[in-house]
Amino acid sequence: MVASPKLRATILSLIIFTVFILFWHLAIQTGGSDRNLGAAMDPEYAALMGKSAKTGASALPGPLEVGKELWKHLTNPFYDNGPNDKGLGIQLAYSLARVLIGFSLAVLIAVPLGFLIGMSQMLSRALDPFIQVLKPISPLAWMPLALYTIKDSGVSSIFVIFICSVWPILMNTSFGVASVRREWLNVARTLEVGRFRTACQVILPAAAPTIMTGMRIAIGIAWLVIVAAEMLVGGTGIGYFVWNEWNNLSITSILVAIISIGLIGMMLDLCLASLAKTVAYNE
Amino acid sequence: MTSHPIISIENLRKTFAATAGGEDVTVFEDVWISIEKGEFVCLIGHSGCGKTTLLNILAGLDKATEGCIVVEGTEVTGPSLDRAVIFQSHALMPWMTAYKNIAFAVKSRWPQWSREQIKEHCQKYIDMVHLTGSEDKKQTQLSGGMKQRVGIARALAIQPSIMLMDEPFSALDALTRGSLQDEVLNICTKTEQTSFMITHDIDEAILLADKIILMTNGPHAKICEIVENTLPKNRSRNDMHLHPNYYPMRNHLIEFLVNRSKLFEEELSSSSYDPRKPPVVRPQADPAAIKEPPFNSYHQAAQ
Repeated sequence: MVASPKLRATILSLIIFTVFILFWHLAIQTGGSDRNLGAAMDPEYAALMGKSAKTGASALPGPLEVGKELWKHLTNPFYDNGPNDKGLGIQLAYSLARVLIGFSLAVLIAVPLGFLIGMSQMLSRALDPFIQVLKPISPLAWMPLALYTIKDSGVSSIFVIFICSVWPILMNTSFGVASVRREWLNVARTLEVGRFRTACQVILPAAAPTIMTGMRIAIGIAWLVIVAAEMLVGGTGIGYFVWNEWNNLSITSILVAIISIGLIGMMLDLCLASLAKTVAYNE
Repeated sequence: MTSHPIISIENLRKTFAATAGGEDVTVFEDVWISIEKGEFVCLIGHSGCGKTTLLNILAGLDKATEGCIVVEGTEVTGPSLDRAVIFQSHALMPWMTAYKNIAFAVKSRWPQWSREQIKEHCQKYIDMVHLTGSEDKKQTQLSGGMKQRVGIARALAIQPSIMLMDEPFSALDALTRGSLQDEVLNICTKTEQTSFMITHDIDEAILLADKIILMTNGPHAKICEIVENTLPKNRSRNDMHLHPNYYPMRNHLIEFLVNRSKLFEEELSSSSYDPRKPPVVRPQADPAAIKEPPFNSYHQAAQ
């Protein structure tokens, strides 16, 4: 039987996953080269580190432990035992909400503004120096300023998400609008189509794939930045959860958080990718 | 010619501003053309003589440096629904189906029309260009010829007083080009559509045009002369090469494209050339040859 390429790829993915988990498991079990290191370890330091160090086993949790912890979070994602012990689901929901609000605001502002910049060469030239200076600023550098002026940590992190999402969308929108094929515009002109109708029915659909690419880049960056932003401001969110678990020295929880951050990020990208498919066109 | 021409191009000149370090480039100058209602006019010239620029100015997409164009008594100041353009690269919107592309044009012409009216009108033109059944296909599902058919239907559907074509068939293979030429000829004769077409295909010009305008090489291109088609109006692609006037026509045009188009400056100095009234020529075989045998018997002999 010859399996389809898609099926074969899936099988290979599963094999890679299984091998990785197996290696991880074995490496933790045997302690790997740590055993030799353990022998050379300063006894005083070993005492400080507790018995576990002496036995030579790694402090890193194995896949079974992480799986167990993940299952615990998955079965009870929304518990709330006070500010320092909230379910993973609640933390992720906080982060997602911030990302979605900040991202939506960025779309609302960057798409129309990008449209104007793309349509007017004068405006494009006038705003270019500002954009070039503002774009490379790390979004986190805005954080103190946001905290000082907004005086609310939640809103500040939304602002940081907004500021990091705005540039890719703005750049891609203006690029997409500016590079709409001349002949499509000429068709609209010879048909005496008004400016507004041209914008909605010719320029927007023509630039939509480029705009969507900008939005995909933006949501990717936003999801990267939210973790760092929440580590900084604290309180709630998956970033805060990771930092909190680091303070608890619970590597298992951190690994669980890392996995869930990855999965949510993938989901966000897939959502936008399927949205992009609906506006895509082939020439 | 006592009637008012539908298009009157008067003393047109186009000069492109100098790029850094260069000089201004005048592509063409002293261009005077008049086109009568119902006429099919072809413009022939080498690339670089400003044919497309001339058509774009006529369409209102570009501006002339000097001179003006009067269409039906009004000066051209911008694009108009009365002057439909068939673009060289079909210029369909790839996110729309064939039907939507045509409907987009129809809706622009008659914004007050209902959905049914638009549909009925579009269907008429889809049938006319033989695209029935491909209405809901997108650009990628259409062949090159079909795409250009959509472009033609889009231009015809707005019922323009003048149709402007910029080498509409140059991107197509020979067979497709032939059948599309036949169709355009058919439609234009039936509807008495005034048409202006740019081409560098001599046979295409002989088949389609009533009047062929020869443009010399750029820069400083001019109208060299106007060739009136001496082949009968009912010519077709299959038998026109049998007509005794075919080779005189063809040879005259080839002679122009190969030799005269670049030596026109010399020719100009030795003759009484008036750019307002370029010489009109009617290349034809000896009158005796036309009479004996007549065109019809030629046609039958071939069969």
